[in-house]
Amino acid sequence: MNLYPIRAIYMAEMARTRRTLLQSIVSPVISTSLYFVVFGAAIGSRISEIEGVSYGAFIVPGLIMLMLLTQSVSNASFGIFFPKFSGSIYEILSAPISYLEIVVGYVGAAASKSIILGLIILATSGFFVPLEIAHPVWMLTFLVLTAITFSLLGFIIGIWADGFDKLQLVPLLVITPLTFLGGSFYSIDMLPPFWQTVTLANPVVYLVSGFRWSFYGISDVSLGASVAMILLFLVGCLATIGWIFRTGYRLKP
Amino acid sequence: MNDPIITINGLNKTYEGGFQALSRVDLTIQRGEIFALLGPNGAGKTTLISVVCGLATPTDGHVTVDGFDSVTHYRQARERIGLVPQELTNEAFETVWNTVSFSRGLFGKPPNPGHIEKVLKSLALWDKRNNRLMTLSGGMKRRVLIAKALSHEPRILFLDEPTAGVDVELRRDMWEVVRGLRDNGVTIILTTHYIEEAEEMADRIGVINRGEIVLVEGKAALMKKLGSKQLTLQLHEPLTELPPALALDTLGLTADGYELVYTYDGHQEEEGHGISALLALLEQEGISFKDLHTRQSSLEDIFVDLVKERS
Repeated sequence: MNLYPIRAIYMAEMARTRRTLLQSIVSPVISTSLYFVVFGAAIGSRISEIEGVSYGAFIVPGLIMLMLLTQSVSNASFGIFFPKFSGSIYEILSAPISYLEIVVGYVGAAASKSIILGLIILATSGFFVPLEIAHPVWMLTFLVLTAITFSLLGFIIGIWADGFDKLQLVPLLVITPLTFLGGSFYSIDMLPPFWQTVTLANPVVYLVSGFRWSFYGISDVSLGASVAMILLFLVGCLATIGWIFRTGYRLKP
Repeated sequence: MNDPIITINGLNKTYEGGFQALSRVDLTIQRGEIFALLGPNGAGKTTLISVVCGLATPTDGHVTVDGFDSVTHYRQARERIGLVPQELTNEAFETVWNTVSFSRGLFGKPPNPGHIEKVLKSLALWDKRNNRLMTLSGGMKRRVLIAKALSHEPRILFLDEPTAGVDVELRRDMWEVVRGLRDNGVTIILTTHYIEEAEEMADRIGVINRGEIVLVEGKAALMKKLGSKQLTLQLHEPLTELPPALALDTLGLTADGYELVYTYDGHQEEEGHGISALLALLEQEGISFKDLHTRQSSLEDIFVDLVKERS
């Protein structure tokens, strides 16, 4: 593996973040703060503790996960879509680099941005609620694995999309609803039994649950199920990307 | 000279819709030459370049770059190639320096500010190194593309329509840059619509039409082989018609009767039917002339004839 091309892609993508700091970092932090104000303070004051955790603190892992998923997908999809859109993808495809190096460069940068953002949101939440992280290593593991997996998904979306509208399609119509309905703001135990069963078909439930467990030691599903789900997702994304590069789907005629 | 740097064997490319862009292309590019690939729109020039550079997948056939197969040894093959695409494709918000340095890293080379500086200076981009690409003129953007292609010190440079949309002065500057590269041992393959460009620059010329290589020839040999000349004689007295002794297929009389136009090539002179024979006939018929001039057909004439012939 040649590190220079990976470094070139990674640094160029991180430089894009620095150029668009307001959009990349400040905007998600403000959105999250608003969630805390609305859900944590206004609505949360009317909700009693959930499994011994105050509502404001309960939603912290869900909020971080919401931002992590949407930002990972959006960063990675835009990263690979923009060269396609501008035509400068010719340089990537004609360079003496392997598909793995391309993926590591783009996905690594997108995941790094999301992880930094996740940590900033975590720090921001400290201003609103008392923070407690029961299993910090697991917390970081979930953070990193989720960022990588959804950056891979974003990379796939960026290659698939042939216009800016499609780029927004999956984050807006799939990721955000699944996250909202995946227990970010509530415990699935609060749902009627039928909807509890239906909710288990939502993969985001497993991510939020596992991540919340790393904070407070409480979860809707077992830790093993959460880890298995994220690894399944990871393998699925890697297999899809492997297929894309093998066939040249939407990259090479 | 027989030192091939690119060898293309039996290359076919059929797109998904069934359009065959390349058909059984066999072509050899010699090390250190400037090779011009000519062809009308849609002839397959860009597709051929795309396949060699890894931007398109061949349906079948093989490409070898400096001895390395472009598919099985793509790293070694591609690191030898620099590509300047036809479209002005740039990251608008990047600076000249950053985008050229990015290209070097992308091609697996360690940072070398000295080399980037040399490339930018050679292309008169040094003063613009901190400018964002969006602020540059079209000609400057094209230079940036050349700088990006040269950033990793390639041995082969593909220039796909390098001077399209560039003004005459800049075009001449670019020709100088390309000649300088060739002098430094870089092999240049250029596609162009400007026949004048190929005539000015190329050592050898290939003509592609409908995905097939129609001919490959040294420029001088091509001009000699397929080019024709015209001799125009301005007469003292007009003729109403050509005398029977001058009734040749190759000789014409203008409508006003004041000019005789003789079309010939090298073969006729060798066979004894050339200019000397014509002048002797004129003297014999008592036809005198006050002036004469000759014109040699350009590469453009040859190209148009070739493409028309094959259509």
